[in-house]
Amino acid sequence: MIHARGLTRSFKIKGGAVEAVRGIDIDVEAGQLVAFLGPNGAGKSTSLRMLTSLLPPTSGSATVAGHDIVKDPGGVRARIGYIGQKNGSGENFRIRDELVSQGRCYGLSRAQARVRADEVLQQLDLASMATRKPGTLSGGQRRRLDIALGLVHRPDLLFLDEPSTGLDPQSRANIWEHILRLRAEHGTTLFLTTHYLEEADSMAERVIIIDHGKIIADGTAAQLKSDLAGDRIIVTFSSESDAVQAASIAERMTGTAPAVTAAPAAASTQAAVSAGAFAQTATPAGAFAQTAAAPAATAIADPVVSATVSAASASAVTDVAGAAVVVSAAVVQVRVAQAGAALPEYLRALEAAGVKAIAAETSRPTLDDVFLALTGRTLRESEATPVAEPAAV
Amino acid sequence: MPFVRDTVTIFQREIAPTLRDPLGLLFTMMQPLLFLFLFGPLLSGNTGLQEAPWQWFVPGILIMMCLSGPMMAGYFLLVELIGGAMERMLVTPISRTAMLIGRTLKEFVVLLAQAALIIGLSVPLGFRPNAAGVLAGLALLVIFGIGLGALSFVLAIASAPGGELFYGITQLIMFPLLLLSGVLLPIESGPAWLQTVAAFNPVTYIVDAERALFAGDLTSMSALYGLLAAVAVCAIGLTLGTRAMRRGI
Ligand SMILES: Nc1ncnc2c1ncn2[C@@H]1O[C@H](COP(=O)(O)OP(=O)(O)O)[C@@H](O)[C@H]1O
Ligand SMILES: [Mg+2]
Repeated sequence: MIHARGLTRSFKIKGGAVEAVRGIDIDVEAGQLVAFLGPNGAGKSTSLRMLTSLLPPTSGSATVAGHDIVKDPGGVRARIGYIGQKNGSGENFRIRDELVSQGRCYGLSRAQARVRADEVLQQLDLASMATRKPGTLSGGQRRRLDIALGLVHRPDLLFLDEPSTGLDPQSRANIWEHILRLRAEHGTTLFLTTHYLEEADSMAERVIIIDHGKIIADGTAAQLKSDLAGDRIIVTFSSESDAVQAASIAERMTGTAPAVTAAPAAASTQAAVSAGAFAQTATPAGAFAQTAAAPAATAIADPVVSATVSAASASAVTDVAGAAVVVSAAVVQVRVAQAGAALPEYLRALEAAGVKAIAAETSRPTLDDVFLALTGRTLRESEATPVAEPAAV
Repeated sequence: MPFVRDTVTIFQREIAPTLRDPLGLLFTMMQPLLFLFLFGPLLSGNTGLQEAPWQWFVPGILIMMCLSGPMMAGYFLLVELIGGAMERMLVTPISRTAMLIGRTLKEFVVLLAQAALIIGLSVPLGFRPNAAGVLAGLALLVIFGIGLGALSFVLAIASAPGGELFYGITQLIMFPLLLLSGVLLPIESGPAWLQTVAAFNPVTYIVDAERALFAGDLTSMSALYGLLAAVAVCAIGLTLGTRAMRRGI
């Protein structure tokens, strides 16, 4: 459905150029649901606008739905649907009128366009709002209208740019219901961007992560997490000396040196802990994983190396350095391949050494851990300092 | 023909809100009436103009409206560019040029209705138009207006996403364009430099042509120059407009 090679796009701005997208390759087969994940300003919208023929690429090529985006944009446009980041409905127009216009834009006759307008109004639970203007709708309703506009011509391939951003949780869930139903009932291929990790994680069967205009990972969420992050076990002790002793036991089991964070200040602890959240390759011997024994800081300092890591090549993962054992105050965190199996083993070892754990838990990695493993930043940190996002015009 | 169908599609989309809002329509139609009732008394007095003030005045009013209509079309486009509606339609296979023309045509239908009202009401007041000339004059205005509309779209596209450029330039350009064309006051009585500047203003030729046409001089040189000016503006506008759309918005 989508085959892109070396797509790049730069924008001229005052005093230079912004390289919004720097050579991306994407292949998506029919029927897939792909989440294109990345922080604000990563280049998601720009990529989508190239794939949908809205924006000519600076270089590179792509065929979408069987047609070349540059040589035959009309062919692409007739076959795809696109739901942009902004609201697609015009303020002055009645909802049903807009849907009819949209159908006419796709070449439907007036009668066909009316039939389709009513169908999509039904499909997205908007029938009762047909004669209202978009300004009177709630955020979730308005987003549903955007989706309805994208569906009028029954495309086999639908692009959605941040379909759920800015909505309350209930509306988000509702939008997702519609998106998933579309797939179940019509087998529509869906390519959507999001900067919500949880969504990409739970909804998409495939996640492509983009950062600074480059694709840095591509795979199923489970694959990415096990390849690039791995599980964590977290054990709390009654004293720091116990924790240090416990860490050295963990170190012996994993074969790495522990990273000790000096101050238990929440932020730095968090960073160190998550920095240790990657670079696992399961050893056949047991649940404990082998990790490169470099301090967490190097991984953070060197996103270039990690940027070349593709989740597909798990062997490359060892290039990404990270601490497997992190001590902060009286808490020890250990990176393992399978926390469920490693925790009892670790607790037995602690008991044998006479170190008393007072609390223990395991945690599964998130896509945020994956992103951190690849870039040295968390997606949430990236969100905190958003790149000024110009209107997608 | 897909192009015609696409133009109709856009035109229908744009005109629907106007037709669905009778009160707004009423206000739109009130505007030319205000012109007549405010200026009419001045004209019936001694204006020092030519012997036929209405002959001079009515085409001028029409051109003033013809400048503001396309500008409004550009403004509405800008709003839809800043929102997402424009992008949503650009991703459909619809003709880019049709998107420009359909939008301008909508402004023109409103404008032509206003023009008909003005002409109709000014006849009892002393306006003596030539029927064929009026039709030719209005056709000329449509050509000119489509070009202006397209230029206004180019400006809108260049101004997005902020829009300041659009407001700035339209404010800056409207009055010189009007004053230096002889729409409001005759330039023949102005200084030489002013007449020179006016000679570079396409609106000047349109104004002269309209006055000639309305008076029935269908074959005059003024009419020809006006037609050339209108066609030139139209061609430049549509070329630039379509190119701006192609380049990606
Ligand atoms: N029209 C534009 N002009 C200049 N810069 C742009 C334009 N569109 C996007 N950019 C820049 O390109 C980068 C990627 O933007 P975008 O694709 O919108 O990111 P995302 O959708 O992932 O948030 C950003 O740095 C943004 O500032
Ligand atoms: Mg975006």
